[in-house]
Amino acid sequence: MSEKRISLNAMAPGKVGVVRHLAGGRGFVSRLAALGFTLGAEVTMVQNFGRGPLIVLVRDTRVALGRGEAAKVLVEATNNEQ
Amino acid sequence: MSNNQTLKPAIENLITVALAGQPNVGKSTVFNLLTGLSQHVGNWPGKTIEQKTGTCHYNGTEVRIVDLPGTYSLTANSLEERIARDYIIRERPDVVVAIVDAAALERNLYLVAELLSLPAPVVLGLNMVDVAEQQGVHIEPHVLEAALRLPVVPMVATKNQGVRELMEAVDRVSHDTAAYAPIRPEIRADHQAVLAQIQQLIAGAVPEPYPEDWVALKLLEGDEEITSMMRERLDEARWQEVHTILMQHEDAILAVAGGRYEWIGRMVRAAVVRPRIGQVTLTDQVDRYATHPFWGLLILLGMLGLVFWLTYTVGAPLQELLDTYLVHAGAEWVRSALHGAPAWLVGLLADGVIGGAGMVITFLPILVIFFAALGLLEDVGYMARAAYVMDRFMHLMGLHGKSFLPLFLGFGCNVPAVMGTRIVDSPRARLLTILVAPLVPCTARMAVLAVLTPIFFGHHAALVSWGLVGLSLVVLAITGVALHELVLGGEHVAFIMELPLYHLPNARTIGLSVWQRSVAFLKKAGSIILVVSVVVWALSVLPGGEIDTSYLAAIGRLLAPLGGLMGLGWQTMVALLTSFVAKENTVATLSVLYSADEDGARLAKVLSGVLTPAAALAFLVVQMLFIPCVATVATIRQETGSWKWTAFSIALLLVISFAVGIAIYQGAMLVGWGM
Repeated sequence: MSEKRISLNAMAPGKVGVVRHLAGGRGFVSRLAALGFTLGAEVTMVQNFGRGPLIVLVRDTRVALGRGEAAKVLVEATNNEQ
Repeated sequence: MSNNQTLKPAIENLITVALAGQPNVGKSTVFNLLTGLSQHVGNWPGKTIEQKTGTCHYNGTEVRIVDLPGTYSLTANSLEERIARDYIIRERPDVVVAIVDAAALERNLYLVAELLSLPAPVVLGLNMVDVAEQQGVHIEPHVLEAALRLPVVPMVATKNQGVRELMEAVDRVSHDTAAYAPIRPEIRADHQAVLAQIQQLIAGAVPEPYPEDWVALKLLEGDEEITSMMRERLDEARWQEVHTILMQHEDAILAVAGGRYEWIGRMVRAAVVRPRIGQVTLTDQVDRYATHPFWGLLILLGMLGLVFWLTYTVGAPLQELLDTYLVHAGAEWVRSALHGAPAWLVGLLADGVIGGAGMVITFLPILVIFFAALGLLEDVGYMARAAYVMDRFMHLMGLHGKSFLPLFLGFGCNVPAVMGTRIVDSPRARLLTILVAPLVPCTARMAVLAVLTPIFFGHHAALVSWGLVGLSLVVLAITGVALHELVLGGEHVAFIMELPLYHLPNARTIGLSVWQRSVAFLKKAGSIILVVSVVVWALSVLPGGEIDTSYLAAIGRLLAPLGGLMGLGWQTMVALLTSFVAKENTVATLSVLYSADEDGARLAKVLSGVLTPAAALAFLVVQMLFIPCVATVATIRQETGSWKWTAFSIALLLVISFAVGIAIYQGAMLVGWGM
């Protein structure tokens, strides 16, 4: 399965993935966790134009992330689409 | 009631309730409903974060309500989070009311999971159940209550539903704390042994009033504040043991957070019914445009255009009316009432005091419009979208999207710009935003520009004006980049932001926020403005009564060598100094000093005779980039809570304005344009 791990940046709008890894310092990880990003959480890409910040839906919350931040969230893409 | 109070000791009739909740859950609406105008707005002790308290009465009990800062969690990631948890741990409120958004229940319960490990009973206000229903999420409060073993009160705060029931639950819990036994979250199973080990190692060394198990958990989470506290408390050998364990489990935060969400999953499983599959909500539809890189930008510009249109069509005329009928009339009245009194007294009151107070009052219409626009955009949920759309541009100067709106407000007036930086969550990014905000040309500076550029540059006035505005923005961007290195140490500010659901604005919430911000401005900035206005007035008339021979003129002459580098005489330096009270003073002072008696045509003739085009340009440049007016400086002091940063801001702008002014003048001379 590990070959299917991609960063949030590489996820197309409408695709659904499951969080598998959160890189970065403890402060950053704890901020992400408080907004719903934990291992196993499902994220849906809402907006990603390939540059600039992106928007994902996680635990019923729309969260905007900078590309630098999104690069630290690794997801396993599922085949589901929304 | 009074009879009741004499029978019982007074203390039994007073309870303290802390209001907790994540951002955007309608917590302030609940707070406003409960406390109304009994609110007191101040700062948390020693902090620049706003603290709101208020009281309400329920069932013969006086309930003191403390609004905790809205936070997603209680880890020491931010000052707000530290304030919230310190308050609960140290002040021990009788009850903590946690307001959660029913439409994003799971994420909202994350904060509740943290609150439950603190030593205060929790009552859950399940707000926005109407929004949740619209989203297709149905929640059974009783089932949730049974699972959590906490009182759960369904609410629609915007429609004043459930507030009474909430207070009923608070009253019940405060009287019967023994019955309070919630189901608390636990760390993920694979980390339970480590947690127990740490708790054993720190046993007995945890200072009051911190709960031991909570401290152990926070150590494992890597909480910096708690870690340094325990490092001091434990002896070296013991600390090394703890430290080794912590190093081996650096990713324990994931186990802690994972454990909380597992608990949340168990709690909501039976209570939440959600047939939601691929529903397209109103928020999704609006966001398709509002967050689009192109359409979003257009919408943003449209909204801001509207705010400015309002400012000019409503605010500016009101400002003039107030100026004519209140300030000038007031000054006239003082003059006639004090007929025969010593001239210095009349001058002090009519020019110094009323001048300063009038300046504060005439500021109000524009401020109220800006505060209302700010409050409305915040309340509807649009603010986060504006930040999102502007993020890529703000990145160029090491800031992120949240700094855009306050800076934009600066075009109207720098005061709301500085106040508006409260939405920037990183304290250092906020400081950086405050420091560059005065470089945004405000309406008052534009007004000076509008008077002076035609005098100096005739037909090219518009071109020169736009050039000066452009120059200000370029200087702002360069300063931003430079300060980013200095203030933030080049540190990257993480951009993680919730985009809340859109909802209808609540007039009460907006009204109260306008009221509180205006009062805060009047109270804090007002007194400083008054003092500075009186001082500048005194300097301009002492010792002889004439400005030409005054101390102010002496200071201007002292600065003449500096002005000389820009081809400027001492009079223009004095004009700059008086612009500190209000930017509009520049023109008035020039008129007086060049004895043009505020006669536009005469002033034009005199000025164009004294200043070469290069010097005039340099003067306008300095005027644009100079220290902001005293109202802004007072606000900077208020918002940074530091005289040191206020002084730094002034020094920075002095250096920037004169450096750019000199560079422009000398550059113009070099190309032979100044003759």
